[in-house]
Amino acid sequence: MAEEIRLMKGNEAIGEAAVRAGCRAYFGYPITPQNELTAYMAKHMLAKGRTFIQAESEVAAINMVYGAASTGARAMTSSSSPGVSLKQEGISYLCGADLPAVIVNVARSGPGLGGISPSQGDYFQATRGGGHGDYYTIVLAPKGVQDAADLTYEAFSISEKWRVPVLILADGLIGQMMEGVVLPEPIDPATLPRKPWAVGHAVEMGRPYNHVTSMNLVPDELEAANHARYARYERIKKDINRYEEIDVEDADVVFVAYGTSARVSHGALQMARAKGMKVGLFRPISLWPFPYARLHELAEKGKRFLCVEMSMGQMIEDVRLAVNGKAPVYFYGRCGGNIPSQEEVFAEVARLMGK
Amino acid sequence: MTEKTFIAGFGGQGVISLGQLWVYSAMKEGLKVTFFPFYGAEKRGGIARASVIVSNDEITSPLVTSADSVVVMNQDSVEIGEKVCKEGGTIFVNSSLVKKDPARPDANIVHVPCNDIALKLGDVRIANMVMMGALSKVTGAVKLDNLETVLKSFFPASKHSLIALNIAAVEEGKKAV
Repeated sequence: MAEEIRLMKGNEAIGEAAVRAGCRAYFGYPITPQNELTAYMAKHMLAKGRTFIQAESEVAAINMVYGAASTGARAMTSSSSPGVSLKQEGISYLCGADLPAVIVNVARSGPGLGGISPSQGDYFQATRGGGHGDYYTIVLAPKGVQDAADLTYEAFSISEKWRVPVLILADGLIGQMMEGVVLPEPIDPATLPRKPWAVGHAVEMGRPYNHVTSMNLVPDELEAANHARYARYERIKKDINRYEEIDVEDADVVFVAYGTSARVSHGALQMARAKGMKVGLFRPISLWPFPYARLHELAEKGKRFLCVEMSMGQMIEDVRLAVNGKAPVYFYGRCGGNIPSQEEVFAEVARLMGK
Repeated sequence: MTEKTFIAGFGGQGVISLGQLWVYSAMKEGLKVTFFPFYGAEKRGGIARASVIVSNDEITSPLVTSADSVVVMNQDSVEIGEKVCKEGGTIFVNSSLVKKDPARPDANIVHVPCNDIALKLGDVRIANMVMMGALSKVTGAVKLDNLETVLKSFFPASKHSLIALNIAAVEEGKKAV
């Protein structure tokens, strides 16, 4: 039976999706514009007898995630930009220890303390590791409340499959806005299989004690571990390659935009199509791995690209890597917490097309 | 059908509740909806704003930047409201508090004395529900014809005693336009 549609804030839908995904432990520290998510988890995780801790800081929260994840529990933290910066050391440790975890960034404007309004200025941090050392996290970017719930739910199993943290990169608009959402089936964490690599349960499971650490002082061994991890990254790149396309086939100019910017660009696309202008939209859903191959294919078909971002231009670097000089790549962005209007994005594409 | 509405008023006038209830009712009527609130860091006061969209189709940009309809609940919000209204759009004015009309000769201005009607019903806090009735009647985008059921699932049980008053306010709002 199809479940009823609920009207929820993005932050709450992310929280409920995590609860339903069998999240066993949540650790957070308040920051606008993701506070409803922490509040939601406080109420619902405790009600289900699971672990919720409001940590003393973001640094503490991510290290609690490390601890919970190393026992094999589905663990999660969430924050917004400045708070996610604070978590980077812990994320690097998680990656070094090959631990799964889900990290949600409901991004706000920066740099520094910045503002509390939506932004996409954390793309570099999200897709290039963000902390120290050689590593990546898998990054998924929702475009609305339903998508935020679906991707968060799936993030737990993706993360476990690859033993790589998954970062959900949303923004303050997606966190704060309300839309209808149909929630996924609940999973009881007690029914999830035990992890052979986790600490604890060694006697019960009849295996040697595991030691979960990111530290290795033997250069050759650490190098081998990094090589093994990068070999896994290559497999992830083949497995995860997500995007959405709208009216791309006959388009002369294709918007490339993710998250909120993709919604705005879709509005601009409809305005352009109503005037007979051949405009399309390519929306990366996985930001790491980035869908390079498909964009390259579109570049070879002679499309031009207009990147629309709520930043000074970050994703555009991946678009340029994908296109590799085969097609012109243009940029339109707003930042500081401003969200572009579909009218101004339309005006930009019209200018490009000489209309 | 897509109806993009921009709502603005003084913090405490129920702008956010109005927007939420509007989209909640629309969702129950089978429409796709988006609600995005916008307010400052103030604990109370300041101008509260909401972008609400209801549609038969997938909703693209959640930001209302060219509104089919605009709701202005107080005088201070007129300036924002008149800027965001599309050419030939409709501006709903809470005429109990707004004494100077929006400077938009192209727009259809609808006057609703929300506070006066609400006071007559016995509670000024339901002025927003009066406005929602007017918005429903004029735009036709959300019918609000099953309001009792909708309000029962929207409000917690402790607030159910207020449902009759809210329905009366919506009905009076419909009658006022």
